[in-house]
Amino acid sequence: MTASDVTITEAGTPADRPLLEIRDLAITFNTSNGEVNAVRNAHLTIMPGETVAIVGESGSGKSTTALAAIGLLPGNGRVSGGQILLDGEDISHASEKRMIELRGNTIGMVPQDPMSNLNPVWKIGYQVKETLQANGRPSGPEDIAKVLAEAGLPDAQRRAKQYPHEFSGGMRQRALIAIGLSCQPRLLIADEPTSALDVTVQRQILDHLEGMTSELGTAVLLITHDLGLAAERADKVVVMYRGQVVESGPSLELLQNPQHPYTRRLVESAPSLASRRIQVAKEQGVEAADLLAPAAEAVAADNVLQIQDLRKVYKLRQGLGKSSDFAAVDGVSFNVLRGTTTAIVGESGSGKSTVAKMVLQLEKPTDGKILFDGVDTSLLKPSELFKFRRRVQPIFQDPYGSLDPMYNIYRTIEEPLRVHKIGNKASREKKVRELLDQVALPQSTMQRYPNELSGGQRQRVAIARALALDPEVIICDEAVSALDVLVQAQVLNLLADLQSNLGLTYLFITHDLAVVRQIADHVCVMEKGRLVETGSTDGVFDAPQQEYTKALLNAIPGAKLMLPPEVA
Amino acid sequence: MIRFILRRLLQVIPVFLGTTLLVYFMVFALPGDPIRALFGDRPPSEAVIAALRQQYNLDQPFWVQYGLFLKNLFTFNLGVDFTGQPIAATLGRVFPVTVMLAIEALVIQAVFGIGFGLIAGLRKGKIFDSSVLLASLVVIAIPIFVLGFVLQLIFGVYLGWAKPTVGTDVSWGTLLLPAFALALVSFAYVLRLTRASVIENSTADYVRTATAKGLSRRRVVMAHILRNSMIPVVTYLGASLGGLMGGAIVTEGIFNVPGVGQKLYQAILRSEGPTVVAIVSVLVLVFVIANLLVDLLYAWLDPRIRYEK
Repeated sequence: MTASDVTITEAGTPADRPLLEIRDLAITFNTSNGEVNAVRNAHLTIMPGETVAIVGESGSGKSTTALAAIGLLPGNGRVSGGQILLDGEDISHASEKRMIELRGNTIGMVPQDPMSNLNPVWKIGYQVKETLQANGRPSGPEDIAKVLAEAGLPDAQRRAKQYPHEFSGGMRQRALIAIGLSCQPRLLIADEPTSALDVTVQRQILDHLEGMTSELGTAVLLITHDLGLAAERADKVVVMYRGQVVESGPSLELLQNPQHPYTRRLVESAPSLASRRIQVAKEQGVEAADLLAPAAEAVAADNVLQIQDLRKVYKLRQGLGKSSDFAAVDGVSFNVLRGTTTAIVGESGSGKSTVAKMVLQLEKPTDGKILFDGVDTSLLKPSELFKFRRRVQPIFQDPYGSLDPMYNIYRTIEEPLRVHKIGNKASREKKVRELLDQVALPQSTMQRYPNELSGGQRQRVAIARALALDPEVIICDEAVSALDVLVQAQVLNLLADLQSNLGLTYLFITHDLAVVRQIADHVCVMEKGRLVETGSTDGVFDAPQQEYTKALLNAIPGAKLMLPPEVA
Repeated sequence: MIRFILRRLLQVIPVFLGTTLLVYFMVFALPGDPIRALFGDRPPSEAVIAALRQQYNLDQPFWVQYGLFLKNLFTFNLGVDFTGQPIAATLGRVFPVTVMLAIEALVIQAVFGIGFGLIAGLRKGKIFDSSVLLASLVVIAIPIFVLGFVLQLIFGVYLGWAKPTVGTDVSWGTLLLPAFALALVSFAYVLRLTRASVIENSTADYVRTATAKGLSRRRVVMAHILRNSMIPVVTYLGASLGGLMGGAIVTEGIFNVPGVGQKLYQAILRSEGPTVVAIVSVLVLVFVIANLLVDLLYAWLDPRIRYEK
């Protein structure tokens, strides 16, 4: 039987033949620095209806491999070797005409970032409609509504008439899933489909995607940097590192018995999987119970920060001079013990960052008090506020955005010392060198600029800058969320080391519960501006009291894989 | 939306008062006596001068002159200019000519600028792109009074494809050559703006997603790249309309077009305050309305922009 005998029909391929087979694939990019081999010797097989995940960090070539399969490599990239067999047909050098036939109908795609992948100037319904039309399917209003409703978009008929900016991130991703699956492709490429979303939304979307694809018998190529998520969702996992496939196999087998050193490192540092292990390590060191005295005694204990009934109300304009009140933070109280880590967790919009801003005195509370070392911060005079800022320093989420691109690293770290008139030129330089040592960056970094550093290095610079003034409290607002898992683990370890060496207090704002488990002593869970649950990390994780906390914990990808059943 | 339009139209009032006052004052402050200048080498008797001064209110202090002008304006009596012609009739004669010229130029720069810009943007770095970029740079670098004469000489005199000057024979055909000259400079900017915008949008995520949906290249380009690239270009085109109307003084001079620019130039030379201010007032209105239309078009092109309901 030759390839031409098999016509592409609803019946699909014989079950024993791969739907997609990638053999010895090499992809080359032409850059100003010459040719770069982004992918070498990549192998991959997907059977009809099967879900295969490619796991790797950014730059590992996982997205590039997937884009090659749908013929969407960027202009300077090309397949320089190997084959991409779709149902036996080599499409690695197929004509554009053939690719247009295949796209949508046979290969669908769900892209990564729901914010940038819908055209902002067209209505959602129109963007579904043109997909249906291009692939010769009925595209009336009821067909569009059906497609959107199947992807779990409520009130689809009305929603179809809205623009992307009127949708939340989760709804946009549902619309993109609807578009990707609208023409019932046999292979769906899902490129980090949920990495931009909150964990609970992520779970809903992935569940829905799984339901839809198994119902339609669609094979899925899932691209992710999260090993836990891959193991939970895929039949097979392929691990890519620096453009090469280093290991592949059935998901659980690969997790429990990783062969390649890189896979082992990935398994060890994946926060969703490693959370138990780090907790054990913690108990061997400091006795967690010592740090977490009951609330009554805590007042007498060394509370560096006391937050009392904090409220922040924003006025929302509603046109015609009317406005309504929106309580971003509503009656939040908690204490932070000196030398410990307190984490505030919640989804976007829960008010956790607003709390951080108020503690940093970047926003004024509408109501309530923030006591720092027993002093009400709202009563500080400007000169006292200046001194306060020396003792409380922030580290922000985006290491790309929070460093001035025009300042070299020396100037970036030295700036706070200069602003606070500490030491002379020579002593400041000595201090900067010490700080770079502390965050494990080479001294040569001083003369470099932020764009020459990796994300992890930049976050180390941000930490060095925060440490420059010898602060007592550091507020980390999603400080590791933008980093790859391995880098994230390194930065978390660095923060833990600095805490034990310097006696720092951390207030850690994050949406990632897995990270909380690794670093925090005390957890505050926020939902819609309110504090719904507080307690020791162990207490909250092992016996969550509130439904919302349980939902958050359940949503951690891969949590069920490793945790004993009674915990999950 | 209606509220937004009304508010924008109300804003016209202070803009209008401000510009007319400023222009009136500048004409008032011009050195020399406009009445004496009318008579050249044979000065008339003092009695005649005084009578003329009184007739044109030139014997009054500045604020009274301006006040009288406003009063006349709101009673739709623009008065007569120094040659005795009613100003309203002059406006009615010159404005249609300039509007025709401006529209023709606008169409030329929009069609060619967007067309060439799109092709150049899609073929970034290829020969077409490089040569179009170079040509547009040359056009931008050469001043209009050189470009205008060169076009006049080549197409009007040597090739004889068009009449070198327009004169009294005003039609879409005779205005084509001056419109082309007028459009050239803005055309180069429209082209470069479109090209840059197309290049930026071509790499947008939603364009890749559109391709992944199985759309034809033509649809991806028209519905996703071009449409999104039009947002800054439309803003520029609208803003340039005002420039085309008022900035045609040189072009109208070269091709002898009896339009606003020519009339305005003569009126300034004669220090005819009322005529200058009348012309400028209409130009201000055109400019404000063009900008309002741009804002409305902008909201239509980009649904993320919504004005107060």
